[in-house]
Amino acid sequence: MPHTLQSRLKAIPRPSAALIIPLIAGLYVGVIILLPALEVVAGAFAKGIGPLVQNLGSEELRSAILLTLRCTLIAVPVNTIFGLAAATAIARRQFPGKALLLSVIDLPFSISPVVVGLMLVLLYSPTNGLLGGIVSGLGWKIIFSWPGMAMATIIVTFPFMAREVIPLLEEEGWDQEEAARTLGASNWQVFWKVTLPSVRWAVVYGLILTTARALGEFGAVAVVSGNIAGQTQTLPLFVEDAYKQYDTELAYGAALVLGGVGLVSLLLKLAVEQLLGGAKESHPTS
Amino acid sequence: MTQPVTPRRRSLAWPSWLQLSWSWRITWLVLALVLFLPLGALALKAGAVGPSQFWQLATTPEALATYRISFGLSLLAALTNGVFGVVIAWALVRCSFPGRRLLDSLIDLPFALPTAVAGLALAAIYSSNGWLGAPLQAMFGLKVSFTWLGVAIAMVFISLPFVVRSVEPVLEALDRDQEEAAWCLGATPRQTLTKVVLPQLMPAILSGVAQGYSRAVGEYGSVVMISSNVPFKDLITPTLIIQKLEEYDFASATVIGMVMLLFSLLSLLVINGLQVWGRHWEANPAQGV
Repeated sequence: MPHTLQSRLKAIPRPSAALIIPLIAGLYVGVIILLPALEVVAGAFAKGIGPLVQNLGSEELRSAILLTLRCTLIAVPVNTIFGLAAATAIARRQFPGKALLLSVIDLPFSISPVVVGLMLVLLYSPTNGLLGGIVSGLGWKIIFSWPGMAMATIIVTFPFMAREVIPLLEEEGWDQEEAARTLGASNWQVFWKVTLPSVRWAVVYGLILTTARALGEFGAVAVVSGNIAGQTQTLPLFVEDAYKQYDTELAYGAALVLGGVGLVSLLLKLAVEQLLGGAKESHPTS
Repeated sequence: MTQPVTPRRRSLAWPSWLQLSWSWRITWLVLALVLFLPLGALALKAGAVGPSQFWQLATTPEALATYRISFGLSLLAALTNGVFGVVIAWALVRCSFPGRRLLDSLIDLPFALPTAVAGLALAAIYSSNGWLGAPLQAMFGLKVSFTWLGVAIAMVFISLPFVVRSVEPVLEALDRDQEEAAWCLGATPRQTLTKVVLPQLMPAILSGVAQGYSRAVGEYGSVVMISSNVPFKDLITPTLIIQKLEEYDFASATVIGMVMLLFSLLSLLVINGLQVWGRHWEANPAQGV
């Protein structure tokens, strides 16, 4: 590149930095992030494709996948309904305590997943839970069973949808809703025909993030599950259990499935960002 | 739903201060069931322990050792990412090079990859016969997997995206004229960087570091597999809570869980403060710092 004044101005602080900085960045990300991702693929295919397919057909793995899907299919609708309700209630109003309420909704992102699981145990455990008496009186089984695991999944993925929809709705303003109402639309019609379509991409984005996190949740679910193989074992718990029992191939097989889900969610997220014309999400979501 | 409620429909059933639209009712109901009830259970159970016993259980030598490991190593990880995160953000925003888009997508991988997968992969790479573990041991005699070093690396992995994603938009919005002005006035590149650019990035850097720190302290999945989980050596606080629950020591688990919850609330406060400072800085850059 010729060192014209213009190119030097572009390359502040130093022309050579234009080479060194990407190099450092690439090396760091390569070692910290790319290598582990490649390790999963390499480990899964280490013994060839035959044993991998055989492992993926195992009964316990299948039941782990089904339980993971069940928790996800409960958590995603609950959080979607909450996110939309909270957004329509909060987004375009100013009221005292609004910032506080938004922080409260964000709270599950700051709490350790293990503490989330602990809270559920202290609430629903038949022996030590605050509502333990009621729960066992009704004959329910929440802790060490799938309802507790679904609840843990709900809490951990709680803020994603609300956090995507609220800022978008804040930008939109009231005009279209007011026009619809003036024309005689009911609240429900306004919601379905005006509000929801205007935030549909935020909802799609929120769905991707919620689903990805719900499928991969580990710590919170681990605490409430009791980790009974074939019964209360989700896919992430299955990976850890197989690894602990030195069944490395099985662990890698399950990790490949789970990592594939993560990769698909990342690609979908990028596709949505692309569709929205590079309006890039700047908040990292834990 | 979203409009101010029309009074004629609800005046019969609800006193005026309870007249909530459906969206508010759902919001409060879900918040109560999903968040307030579990939080209340932890707070009540922790309160029932009593102050002197709380202090005693919160500060056992075992618990203190896990705090040192969790809070100390997370700080190390977050600060490391504070430095490299700025370099990466700079590369993504200011440099053009082949593979820039790939690098950009890779940054999000720690969010997208389930922590159990990350834990498995990290433990394998840094084990004594892994891709990086074997050369590190052969050359430097370093053991990474199943030591505190491995725990720190898992924390680096999990907290890397925060600083990058927090600094990127600020760097993008930065006015290049200032740097050119500094350059024209004879500032060296180093002076331009430390006196013009970095001060403006500081709120975003600190906010990213604080978010990454908070995340690393609470992280369980990716750490538990690379750690040997031996008390006083590399046992992190979340794993200690699980061990206490497995021993049916509910009081200890509750107290240590409460300590972690209080830390989360504090870090949320700090992060919000930093973000307000960042916005203030953007609004009137001259008065910042």
